[in-house]
Amino acid sequence: MQASAKPEFSVNIVTNLTTPASRETAAALPMRMTVSKLNFFYGPKQILFDINMGIADKRVTALIGPSGCGKSTLLRTLNRMYETVSTSRLEGEILLDSQNILVQDVTALRRRVGMVFQRPNPFPKSIYDNVAYGPRINGYKGSMADTVEKSLRHAALWDEVKDHLHKSAYELSGGQQQRLCIARALAVEPEVLLMDEPCSALDPISTAKIEELMVELKNLTTIVIVTHNMQQAARVSDFTAFLLTGQVIEFSPTPHLFTTPSDPRTEAYITGRFG
Amino acid sequence: MNNARLRWRKFVSNFMLAMTGVCAFVSVLVLFFILGYLVFNGGTSINWDFFTKLPKPVGETGGGMANAIVGSGKILLLASLMGVPIGFLGGIYLAEFSGKGMASVVRYAADLLNGVPSIVIGIFAYGLVVLPFKHFSAYAGSFALGMMMIPITLRSTEEFLKSVPRMLREGAMALGASKWKTIATVIVPAAYRGIMTAILLALARVAGETAPLLFTAFGNRFESHGWSQPTATLPVMIYTYAVSPYDDWHRQAWAAGLVLLGLVLIINILARTILSRGIAVPRS
Repeated sequence: MQASAKPEFSVNIVTNLTTPASRETAAALPMRMTVSKLNFFYGPKQILFDINMGIADKRVTALIGPSGCGKSTLLRTLNRMYETVSTSRLEGEILLDSQNILVQDVTALRRRVGMVFQRPNPFPKSIYDNVAYGPRINGYKGSMADTVEKSLRHAALWDEVKDHLHKSAYELSGGQQQRLCIARALAVEPEVLLMDEPCSALDPISTAKIEELMVELKNLTTIVIVTHNMQQAARVSDFTAFLLTGQVIEFSPTPHLFTTPSDPRTEAYITGRFG
Repeated sequence: MNNARLRWRKFVSNFMLAMTGVCAFVSVLVLFFILGYLVFNGGTSINWDFFTKLPKPVGETGGGMANAIVGSGKILLLASLMGVPIGFLGGIYLAEFSGKGMASVVRYAADLLNGVPSIVIGIFAYGLVVLPFKHFSAYAGSFALGMMMIPITLRSTEEFLKSVPRMLREGAMALGASKWKTIATVIVPAAYRGIMTAILLALARVAGETAPLLFTAFGNRFESHGWSQPTATLPVMIYTYAVSPYDDWHRQAWAAGLVLLGLVLIINILARTILSRGIAVPRS
């Protein structure tokens, strides 16, 4: 009697942490990050409600949902970028490799959790100096030229820029600038790469290149991407979380979520009935 | 009827267009008028001697203002060394670190300091630097001009730092840069050209100040060695020579005016050159 009650109890804990659909995957894959009981506020306004999810190692996790659902905010909690807003407040726990990121030194955390933004934001420096920026401020001692080349290769930009590394980053096209920003983030070898709608300011061809890149980058790092383009989430991600009004409605393996959603709201969103 | 209204509106439109054009033209004309007048009166007195010789004793013609040119250079250099770092670092504090209340107090104080008449700044420097040492000096003159450079440098540093897009800040912070690293390696370099231009314009502005130097640097008919002696400067020299009763001195005052204007012009051109070079940050 007691012996059978114990496994049930532990199953209940798993149910608390993850939605039923992701249970089988949560068991199968190691988690790089874990978010539990996360509540987030801007001033008196609550933005995120009781978020529980795991970010699987070396996989792409997509956050989708209509504008204002809190997906970008959730992404910004993962590297504590929300702290730039002084009225923000966070409750709950976020683990990176089983360590609570909320009590770590924030600069050290951000070296491990990189970020690519909605619009390309290269620094007003040369292409080379943009990529070298992260290693430099972190006191990197190895060969900078090698690091820059390796990062640009990983970002599939090397062949296009190798002959003019010392030109201004602003001479690149928008899509190239975004790949430069990806290279810049990769140069510090982050364990997790956060991408906040990285293609929303780009044309379809540049978008396709970056999507291709994301799939390749899975070998290097763990990716979390925010997108309001559902096709993009379907194409590049392994897991998808659907958010609505600050809550995770459904979190499943991507094929599962897009073919057999278990929540009627998810189905309504992915079939284009709102959002 | 309708036609008359239309004609009237067209007339008003053309009239206002003409008025704005004329006023714009007059603004430019004033500069060229001053420039022409200076060249006409001072041009003939500018020669090699003017730049290399010391002033001649009263009654003798000829001589130059080498001492005043060197003196102006010395005082402007020292004034920049005093005023620019204070204004620059204060501007960084205002733009990046201070809370709203503190910022508005500092900003207001800087604007007031900018509005203090230059003669008052001169008296202040006289009381603070000249009287205790019982000596007019280049130090005192530099102190007065340096004080005038603080608010201009401070406010423009603040403005240019604030105009750096937020995206760049976040980009640096997302790579693990601390706040100070972000400012030193991304924000200030991005705003550098604007700040540099503003500093040069501040320099050009104080280069022509006379009142704060009258009883601080005072003036000197000879070369002044070191920094603690009364020192000749171009603006004070112009004043002294222009109020004198000698024709030759009047001519030299005009020449000094021309040289001073040329100096300001060169600084301005330098500022514009800096502004047009390097990597510009696109406005988002």
